[in-house]
Amino acid sequence: MKKNTWKAFTAWVNGTAEESRPLRREAGQSAHEKHPLFHLNEEMRVRLFRWEYRAVALIVCLTVVAVLLFTVFHLPLFGEPNNPAVNEVVERYVEKGLEETGAVNMVSGMILDYRAFDTFGESSVLFLAVTSVMMLLLRDEKNISAEEDIQEAHERIIEKEASDRILQKVVSLVMPCIFLFGIYVVLNGHISPGGGFSGGAIMGAGLILYGSAFGTDKVREIFTMKTFRRITSSALLCYAASKAYSFYTGANGLPTGIPLGTPGAIFSSGLILVLDICVGMVVACTMYGFYVLFARGEI
Amino acid sequence: MTIAFELLLILALILCAVSALTSRRLLVAVVIYMAYSLIMTVIWALLQSPDLAITEAAVGAGVTGILFLTTLKKIHALKGTKDE
Repeated sequence: MKKNTWKAFTAWVNGTAEESRPLRREAGQSAHEKHPLFHLNEEMRVRLFRWEYRAVALIVCLTVVAVLLFTVFHLPLFGEPNNPAVNEVVERYVEKGLEETGAVNMVSGMILDYRAFDTFGESSVLFLAVTSVMMLLLRDEKNISAEEDIQEAHERIIEKEASDRILQKVVSLVMPCIFLFGIYVVLNGHISPGGGFSGGAIMGAGLILYGSAFGTDKVREIFTMKTFRRITSSALLCYAASKAYSFYTGANGLPTGIPLGTPGAIFSSGLILVLDICVGMVVACTMYGFYVLFARGEI
Repeated sequence: MTIAFELLLILALILCAVSALTSRRLLVAVVIYMAYSLIMTVIWALLQSPDLAITEAAVGAGVTGILFLTTLKKIHALKGTKDE
């Protein structure tokens, strides 16, 4: 049973699954013929459908806008002290956050210490998303036809001819700054605004910029499928391993023995720095992976 | 002064949202969408959440727009380029 399911799944992934479901066409057709609009001619039907479509779209749009506006006018004002969002959870985070997590940037302290499991889930979601894109778009011999290969070769020739001098010069000037800023944002996540996700997104955007200026073959000299696989999976595993102690200490923050350091120093606030680096690695790799898979179909 | 600036930002945001929907050319729509994200970045910074501002600038204005553009290029929907 288990083997059969696995076989069917791999066949579905590789696109070799057989269409075994019977088509229930006859029943549908007779129902279709009973419809009063079936006997109108083609043009009339298309016109009627267009009119109906516009009317329904307008009604739905106006209803949604009205509901949202009504809700917005009944929301409490921004930053009032009596808002329902200001409760004991926020009080605890604001008052004890620095003491318990050691992070000056309170947002980092929240998402990477109190709610580190949520962030782990988010990183895994990104990883899963890039895996699904890979299943759909990765080019290998089962996924590609000869015609598409010819088209790909044409596109490569166009890309080589159209290499842009100005873009390349600007990118070679800007690229180091973008990367330095991304690394700075990742490493200072617990001190200044930013953190793993934003820094990783900046680095990924820098890689995409480099790839679109100099061609993805140039990026492949340092960043191949192998490095992609190694970096993402080892960063996720490292995150999971360094947060596993929570299973033993529980949610109430029993003493862990991890030194918090002086707030504001670069090596402070326990494991937040490590977790930031892991998240940044995963995000940078997946951002670039999305771009390359969409543009080229391979990393 | 700040109120006037905020009003200007909100108006520009609404203008961007509407014109991204109504523009005929897909390339223009994507560029306007990226401008929308840029305005949103300034608004996040004004609302005192710099973390979100950095993320919005990198993801909204950068990566999402580039993904849209590559998808348009892949399906050959960009008019006026060599691959059409």
